[in-house]
Amino acid sequence: MISIIRTSLVSLRRDRAALSLSFVLPVVFFTIFAIIFGGRRNSTPKVTVIVVDEDHSRASERLVKGLQSEQSLMVKTKQGAAQPEYTAATAEAAVKAGTAPVAIIVPHGFGANPMSLGAVSNGPAVGLLKDPSDMVAAQVATGLLQKVALTSMPDVMAELGSRYIDQYAGGFTAEQQKRIDAGLEELRRETGQRDTIAGVGRNTTGDAGLIAVQARDVVGENKDNPMVSFYAAAIGVMFLLFTASGSSGSLLDEVDSGTLDRVLSSHITMTRLLAGKLAFAMLLAFSQLVLMFLWAWAVFKLDFLPHIPGFVVMGVCTAFAVGAFGMLLASICRTRAQLGALSTLVILIMSSVGGSMFPRFLMPQAMQKAGLLTINAWAIDGFTKVFWRDEPLSHLWPQVLVLVAVGAVLFAIARRAAHRWEIV
Amino acid sequence: MATVPISSAASPLPLRIEALLKRFGPVTALDSVTLHIEAGECLGLLGPNGAGKSTLIRSIVGRVLPDAGTIAVFGSGADSAGARMALGWVPQDLALYPRLSCRENLESFGRYYGLSGAALHDAVAWCLGWAALTDRATELVKNLSGGMKRRLNMAAGMIHRPKLVLMDEPTVGVDPQSRNRIFEMIEKLHGEGMSIIYTTHYMEEAERLCDRIAIVDHGRIIAMGSNEELVQRTFGSRSEVLARFQGAPELCAEWVERKGGRRVGDAAQFTIEHPTEIADLLDDSASAGLMLVDISVRRPTLESVFLQLTGRELRE
Repeated sequence: MISIIRTSLVSLRRDRAALSLSFVLPVVFFTIFAIIFGGRRNSTPKVTVIVVDEDHSRASERLVKGLQSEQSLMVKTKQGAAQPEYTAATAEAAVKAGTAPVAIIVPHGFGANPMSLGAVSNGPAVGLLKDPSDMVAAQVATGLLQKVALTSMPDVMAELGSRYIDQYAGGFTAEQQKRIDAGLEELRRETGQRDTIAGVGRNTTGDAGLIAVQARDVVGENKDNPMVSFYAAAIGVMFLLFTASGSSGSLLDEVDSGTLDRVLSSHITMTRLLAGKLAFAMLLAFSQLVLMFLWAWAVFKLDFLPHIPGFVVMGVCTAFAVGAFGMLLASICRTRAQLGALSTLVILIMSSVGGSMFPRFLMPQAMQKAGLLTINAWAIDGFTKVFWRDEPLSHLWPQVLVLVAVGAVLFAIARRAAHRWEIV
Repeated sequence: MATVPISSAASPLPLRIEALLKRFGPVTALDSVTLHIEAGECLGLLGPNGAGKSTLIRSIVGRVLPDAGTIAVFGSGADSAGARMALGWVPQDLALYPRLSCRENLESFGRYYGLSGAALHDAVAWCLGWAALTDRATELVKNLSGGMKRRLNMAAGMIHRPKLVLMDEPTVGVDPQSRNRIFEMIEKLHGEGMSIIYTTHYMEEAERLCDRIAIVDHGRIIAMGSNEELVQRTFGSRSEVLARFQGAPELCAEWVERKGGRRVGDAAQFTIEHPTEIADLLDDSASAGLMLVDISVRRPTLESVFLQLTGRELRE
């Protein structure tokens, strides 16, 4: 028994690939998810909210200031430091473009009648423009909006209360009493019907809180399942990375079998060989994406057909980047086993940080930024633009540029690393 | 395959190597190697494992960059496009795609050499026929026997119909029957005028297949010529006597050393100028207390030449 354990231990100690999979990967993975899900202090992700104050009244300014002081929110009122303030239109465009998942529009006339005590409110409702793909952000923003109304506007509430007393309690005639009773009854009835996320449905008037909120989806209004396109891309890219590294591993097989020597003694140069293998990896990856999205279209009603041009652009760029990534891994590894361990380690880390396992918008800010170092994040962002935000092809340029540049750089490094096989 | 035209006298030699030097760190793999091969000639590189034969072959096909010296293939540099087309290489490893069939392998390597269409089809058909694999054309390589894989490995090196073929121990690991078949394939090429370099550490193969033999040891060519020339140059008219004795091994070893012979297995080996020397040897052995079991006289072999020149056996 002990001799078997000893033999196994010696074998394991000399197998770096198995060692890293056994001990490094679990710790790295645990650390990533601990960070994502708040295992470390102050790691609750902030929700980015665009706030547009159209009213510029004392009440609206206090409301905006109250929102800005909330630690769970990152309030944006301007498009940039030297940029003009957001308007309702630019805020809506920004939510559509994915700059922020929610925009709060404080309308003209809000200050004159900010509170909505049930059905008696006559003031304009606060607009809540939201991207339903981020299911958490709108709920957080709405809840905090009501909280801020309570905590940040006591004078406004007092002024409104005296106005109500003057309006409803002056003399308390029979008619007045009847109206108060009716109002209270209505308030009670509304309160009874209120659910915990009142006012953040698809397109609803949430007038059951202190502030009336008119929520509206500004993106994906006609889509049934907002997460299908996200996960088709997210899961797709992760498996593309595995496929690409596996397919590029044929380079190591050729080294082992000696076919690489034979190939390189023919008309084929190393650059042509790597380019050919990259082209094959791209073809394989693109086919895999096609299958994934066709399945999503057939089974989960993904709106695929109108988005074919965008899919092709993103598909080709993503396939190029993951193909080059696979070539790089294969060219720096010495054996298939080494490639298997390294690719598993790197791909799982990239996928967790890059949003293939968990949406990046739900991660802490630092993790969201770290995600931009991965192919996954750029590919998922691009596919989201195509399928979720219905953005035109021209809006894909940042993702296309980054993926193509990453692919080119990785391929160049792979070519350099493969020089060791060219000639001895 | 059409008969390969043999270079005319005015044509450059199929291969000319001058003062080739290659070091791998402290190890000198090739040490001032100079040789050439005539058109239609089969040159054997005979030497033990690690002698530098494969490094020499890999230098010729451009897979090893020499530290010094020159290689000319039909007058062109080893890494030139002309040399690549003129050279065929049968590596020692089974450099084949195991999940592809015989035909698919040949087609792949043919395309790597720029063949297509009817030319590729004809070349594949010729290679399959030459390797006697026509009836196994659609068989996956991983399902072939060792001998068949070896033959396909050779055929893949011939797919572009080279004028000079380099065979690096093509019979490694095959059974005697398959080895004979491989010999027949090589003899067919040789008969058609193909220039061949054949590396081996089996002297029987070199003796059977090669017009000239270069004996390689420690990266150097220590002798070169035909089988007969090498023996003549090394032993002159001397013969080789092999005798086995009964008696204490220590006593036998001491006697063999005293008489200037060598121990080869359980036998004693001497070279003699005249047959009369045999009687002297037998008398002396009897005086030393050794009892003769059997004795034979033969013309020295390449093995003897190698032993004589290096002090080691070929397969050590």
